[in-house]
Amino acid sequence: MIRLLTPRNVVLAVLLAFLVLLPVYAAVFGKPFVVTLFTRIVILAMAAVSLNLIMGYGGMVSFGHAVYIGIGGYVVGILAHEGVLSGFVQWPLALIASALAALIIGVLCLRTRGVYFIMITLAFAQLLYYVAIGLDRYGGDDGLTVYSRSEFFAPLDLAHKTQFYYVCLVLLFAVIGLTWRIVNSRFGLVVQGARSNDLRMQAIGFPTFRYKLACFVIAGTICGLSGALLANHTEFVSPAVMHWTRSGDLIVMVVLGGMATPFGPVVGAVALLVLEEALSGITEYWQIILGPLLLLVVLFARGGIMGLLRLGRAS
Amino acid sequence: MLLFLEQCLNGLQLGLLLFLLAAGLTLIFGIMDLVNLAHGSFYMIGAYFCATFTLLTGDFVISAALAFAATLLTGMAVEVIAIRRLYGRDHLDHVLGTFGLILFFNEAVRLIWGPAGMNVPLPAWLNTSFKILPGVDYPTYRIAIIVVTLAVALFMYILVMRTKLGMLIRAGATNREMVSALGVNINLLYTLVFGLGAALAGLAGLMQAPILTVQIGMGENILILAFVVIIIGGIGSIRGAFIAAIMVGLIDTVGRGFLPDLLALLLNPRSASSISPAMSSMLIYLLMAAVLVVRPEGLMPVSRR
Amino acid sequence: MSEPLLQVSNLAKRFEGIVATDDLALNVEPGELHAVIGPNGAGKTTLILQLSGQLTPDSGRVVFAGEDITGLPMYERAGRGLARSFQITSLFLDLSVLDNVMLAVQAHAGHSFHFWRNARKEAALRQPSLALLERVGLADRADRRCADLSHGEHRMIELAMALAGQPRMLLLDEPMAGLGPEESARMVTMLRALKRQVTILLVEHDMEAVFALADRITVLVYGKVIATGEPAAIRTNTQVREAYLGDQEAGHG
Repeated sequence: MIRLLTPRNVVLAVLLAFLVLLPVYAAVFGKPFVVTLFTRIVILAMAAVSLNLIMGYGGMVSFGHAVYIGIGGYVVGILAHEGVLSGFVQWPLALIASALAALIIGVLCLRTRGVYFIMITLAFAQLLYYVAIGLDRYGGDDGLTVYSRSEFFAPLDLAHKTQFYYVCLVLLFAVIGLTWRIVNSRFGLVVQGARSNDLRMQAIGFPTFRYKLACFVIAGTICGLSGALLANHTEFVSPAVMHWTRSGDLIVMVVLGGMATPFGPVVGAVALLVLEEALSGITEYWQIILGPLLLLVVLFARGGIMGLLRLGRAS
Repeated sequence: MLLFLEQCLNGLQLGLLLFLLAAGLTLIFGIMDLVNLAHGSFYMIGAYFCATFTLLTGDFVISAALAFAATLLTGMAVEVIAIRRLYGRDHLDHVLGTFGLILFFNEAVRLIWGPAGMNVPLPAWLNTSFKILPGVDYPTYRIAIIVVTLAVALFMYILVMRTKLGMLIRAGATNREMVSALGVNINLLYTLVFGLGAALAGLAGLMQAPILTVQIGMGENILILAFVVIIIGGIGSIRGAFIAAIMVGLIDTVGRGFLPDLLALLLNPRSASSISPAMSSMLIYLLMAAVLVVRPEGLMPVSRR
Repeated sequence: MSEPLLQVSNLAKRFEGIVATDDLALNVEPGELHAVIGPNGAGKTTLILQLSGQLTPDSGRVVFAGEDITGLPMYERAGRGLARSFQITSLFLDLSVLDNVMLAVQAHAGHSFHFWRNARKEAALRQPSLALLERVGLADRADRRCADLSHGEHRMIELAMALAGQPRMLLLDEPMAGLGPEESARMVTMLRALKRQVTILLVEHDMEAVFALADRITVLVYGKVIATGEPAAIRTNTQVREAYLGDQEAGHG
């Protein structure tokens, strides 16, 4: 029993309990804002989990992952604008659009490796960003207001703060569970092997490209779901959500939390966004602290928070 | 026709400025194997320095020289304090570390210079037009930019190919240990190279300053273009960067100039004018995608040992 | 009699003016252990790269089991029964030893687009992997992180991985590289045990091992074959002695 009470497990248990009980906490202490904040955190955590799949486990450092948040969001926004409010239509379409985009981008980008890959995904993110700015009919640079949230069947009302929070949380847990199974499956082992030594994987007989592409598409699709959720949450979607610096934020969350760990991205998202909230209360120039902090993490705490929690534990 | 010529010159000018950025980026990558996302920050810092010095001295040219020197020193300081700890690490570490630097610089500039943009006025003698052909007037300043950047490109070529320092730089790119073993202070060499790259970026920034507004985040947009340039040209190749930069500059500018007209042939004028800005921005990325499909390692890749 | 398992003809490869492979011809009979030796820079590794598909030859043909595989991508060759080990250890260092071998086994156990079942618990993958590790004497290290093992143990894992999927032919690129005398002896014993089960093309510098194991030897100099034959014939061949064994004996034993 003692062996279960490792620092890592304790921290995770507390965090997960807190996330589950959050609306209760908010109601008891009269802080409805906390639910809004953490809904956003949970949604971005989902995006970070999807990035971890390709980056942490797959070694594909995509600096354009936020585009799928944009794609998912715009599908919901555009359909809502055109009068299609059913979530049963919007969300699957958001997933399909994200998958297709990931397929095309993946086919073009996965031909490259290392630094090239990072820069090319960055450039493609900007390409889609400009496409969004050109969408005059749907707000262009100013963005698109989503007047009505996605509709499902009655009692489920996404406009209800607490309900929506739990929908997001359940989906986050589902996504974590899904990625955990994927990572440990045959497919996941191939992807990890390709990260570790792509040449060797080919030598033993794996056409690594198709596996990496499939992984890329899965990650993009999951991220598209988070985009659909975010559009519902903010009731707004704009090109800014796909800017490459947003992709940078996602990368920070994954690395800060701990790459290639199942809960790292969640921990990273919580840490980063709570830190942002806290620091911006102190000074409006909080990024001046965040910047060097990031550099320090890279230099001294490369395994992220999960890595730090594992220190001192006998392996 | 004359408009086309003017657009070509603008494109050449943009291309040469991109070359300054790309050359620094590719030099730093080729020699120190470092991906520097914060390169655009030096572009911004150069512009801000120039704006301030112009306010203080009233003379643009003196301010430009001072800003160049200031950016060089800033670059060297950044290398010593932060960058050198990243050598030898994973490229992801470089990306993350320099991303952190971007955040820091943007906020630092905001803190020091304030959130509003700045303007850099041109001296009267540069704010004129030059008759390059009968009937064709072209802004003197833009010609000055072209001349200066070509001169810098030539200077860099001579530096890298004909001097001892250049030889050390080239040697350091292919075999670091050897250069160290020869008794050369490799730390100093790297600091100088990084400073030089930063100064080139700053030069590009300060030269653009009178044309555009000097503002926070101005580095990021042009940084991406610089990345596209080195992807197309081949990472590590200065020659490739030059050719790719000119290509990108021309396509972006000429494309932007003529795309609305081209689109108006196919669509109604209103649609054409509303989607053409976005489409123009996309042209470069489409070019990059095309290059990737045909030659993933770039047009003039450098083979490393 | 039966056709050679591997037939290489007119193979040529240049790198910016340097001729790495020069009109190379080579046949490997089924069941034999055929060694390829030659001084440094003879093009032995380039040969392996072309046989395994990592490098495309400029001209020439590689025929394996009657099939022209010259242009076949690397990942298709393992499936045809042509496996390879690497000269510089090329393993999945951050994964476990068992994971390393399991991946090699998995490559021959159907497709890998399975997303749900835990692969590490699949008997179809575990059993053969553990058996392979037994064979090379590393079964007790299965769950250790690959990077934690010694160089000699890494070379054994290389071999185990090459054997996964029961290949018809092994391309071994300097399996003795960096091994001490004890470990080398172990490797020689391993290879001797493999001899009749698998056809082997062995590139090696270690002359003792080569002469102890080889059925036939091909000598390469500047990318060209200067002699092929049984060990005794090679040992006495004057051209070979001059070009190669001569410096070997003078320089280092």
